[in-house]
Amino acid sequence: MSYRITTDCVNCWACEPLCPQQAVLASKPHFVIDPARCTGCEGEFAEPQCASICPIEGAILDPSGAPVNPPGSLTGIPPGVWDQTRERIQAR
Amino acid sequence: MELKVVDSSGVREKIRDHPCFSKDAHHHYARMHVAVAPACNIQCHYCNRKYDCANESRPGVVSELLTPEQAVKKTLAVAAEIPQLTVLGIAGPGDPLANPERTFATFAALTEKAPDIRLCVSTNGLMLPQHVDELCRHNIDHVTITINCVDADIGAQIYPWIFWQHRRIRGAKAAAILIEQQLMGLEMLAERGVLVKINSVLIPGVNDLHLAEVSRIVKQKGAFLHNIMPLIAEPEHGTFFGLMGQRAPSAKELHAVQQSCANDMEIMSHCRQCRADAIGMLGQDRHDEFTLERIEKLEIDPVAAMARRAQLRAQIEAARTAKSLQPVLVSLTSLTQPKPGVGGSPAAQVGRAKLASSAASFRVALASSDGQRIDQSLSEVEVLRVYQVDGQSSRLTETRPVSGLPSHLSQDPVAEAKVTEVIKLIKDCDALLCTRIGFNAWQRLERQGIRPLSAESGLPIKVALRQAHADWHTDTEGAANAASRALSA
Ligand code: SF4
Ligand code: SF4
Ligand code: SF4
Repeated sequence: MSYRITTDCVNCWACEPLCPQQAVLASKPHFVIDPARCTGCEGEFAEPQCASICPIEGAILDPSGAPVNPPGSLTGIPPGVWDQTRERIQAR
Repeated sequence: MELKVVDSSGVREKIRDHPCFSKDAHHHYARMHVAVAPACNIQCHYCNRKYDCANESRPGVVSELLTPEQAVKKTLAVAAEIPQLTVLGIAGPGDPLANPERTFATFAALTEKAPDIRLCVSTNGLMLPQHVDELCRHNIDHVTITINCVDADIGAQIYPWIFWQHRRIRGAKAAAILIEQQLMGLEMLAERGVLVKINSVLIPGVNDLHLAEVSRIVKQKGAFLHNIMPLIAEPEHGTFFGLMGQRAPSAKELHAVQQSCANDMEIMSHCRQCRADAIGMLGQDRHDEFTLERIEKLEIDPVAAMARRAQLRAQIEAARTAKSLQPVLVSLTSLTQPKPGVGGSPAAQVGRAKLASSAASFRVALASSDGQRIDQSLSEVEVLRVYQVDGQSSRLTETRPVSGLPSHLSQDPVAEAKVTEVIKLIKDCDALLCTRIGFNAWQRLERQGIRPLSAESGLPIKVALRQAHADWHTDTEGAANAASRALSA
């Protein structure tokens, strides 16, 4: 089972050069992971490289289909406190 | 936006022909950017990765991504067609040093095929220390690092995470690593004599009170310029700051912070925050002319092109030397300088004939939208105001409307038609004064014996005319003498 890229991908190229298996392919409408090649970085890195640099929450799914970077994990703002944070930032 | 020069000794020579750094050079020299480095290894809260790197260019514009081979071909093509090209930059869309293979493949080929073109790189600094030596192997003499803070807690409000040693690191810990790498990279470059400019994005309520400290530290570590740029955070750009309603600074706030960072240093003020794939002189983007399709078909002789560039540069520099006492107005002779010993170019001869016929008094047409200040380029001008200048006084004698060609159209045929019309309207004038004049228009004006004069935007008409008058008297002979000195040296 391999990692997978969803339609949320914005084609930013960050993941492509990092994959030790050259499993990430620049493609239209968005980047894809070749399931035959992806090893989940097993034996090479502690973390899947593509998902560790991807800037988009939800763009990369782990082999179980769960987002590696779920909502709130990259902005550092959990969805529940989004409104509060906005108020704080707007007051600047 | 303002640039502040930290140290002028030795720096002046290095930036002399750099249109982005030297206030005067941008009238003479051109630069271009190529987008070869799409990937990025940090996240800035003012960036949406769908667009270009916001550290360097406005969001909302996506550059055409090139392979290193395409980038080299494009650069050689532009350098052949625009011989004023002195600088090639690699900036966005991502971080050049997060894409070292692509960046260095481009630099290596250009170092070999166009050794006279200087190479520039802009980076977030995370991978800078690792690449300093490789950078120094190429024709690099400027590097721009975006440093928004030197305090990790402030950094945590700007950078949510970085990718470092194969893992994602978050918060203040991430910011601390980033800052350490940036400052280390700055010091290493400064030690090797590379000019380092620091860009900072002013974010109200986050780093506004902190940027003076940034300025102090980067100066101490050897940066030669600190460029403070306003945050751009429109909600429609979809950046974190945009979506969260982070406001941009007002012009007044920006100015105040720039002043607080200025200490006793010189201020420069012509940076235009160009789009990442801009080509040509500042303010005259010609990137539309160089499509990949067209470039693929061009046959370029890089050696001949380089010789042409060398010749043009010698001419420009000779004329600039002659004009070194005129800081605001640009020399009319810079592009067609008189040949020593043979009485000058045809343009100079016409110029001299006019000069002789109107020794003390001359007529200037100028471009001003409000009648107070010079504030339009040749392509924008709607009304030509004609002044008669005698000694200390100047007098508005006439206004001549330029027919209704749409000024926003800058395609060649339209621009050409406008130049033709302007020339027709001011045939009886000795000079044309506006903020920007294109290379072709410049040459056409000179052929008619009309001096193209470009002034800083916003310069009061009175001041500009006074300088033009002083310039007018000292110019022709001095230029010819200095040009022959420079050419025989
Ligand atoms: S998990 Fe590792 S091997 Fe699989 S695509 Fe991502 S980087 Fe490549
Ligand atoms: S890093 Fe994420 S958003 Fe960027 S190309 Fe890869 S999957 Fe798409
Ligand atoms: S360094 Fe540039 S590309 Fe990377 S996140 Fe910041 S602004 Fe965007």
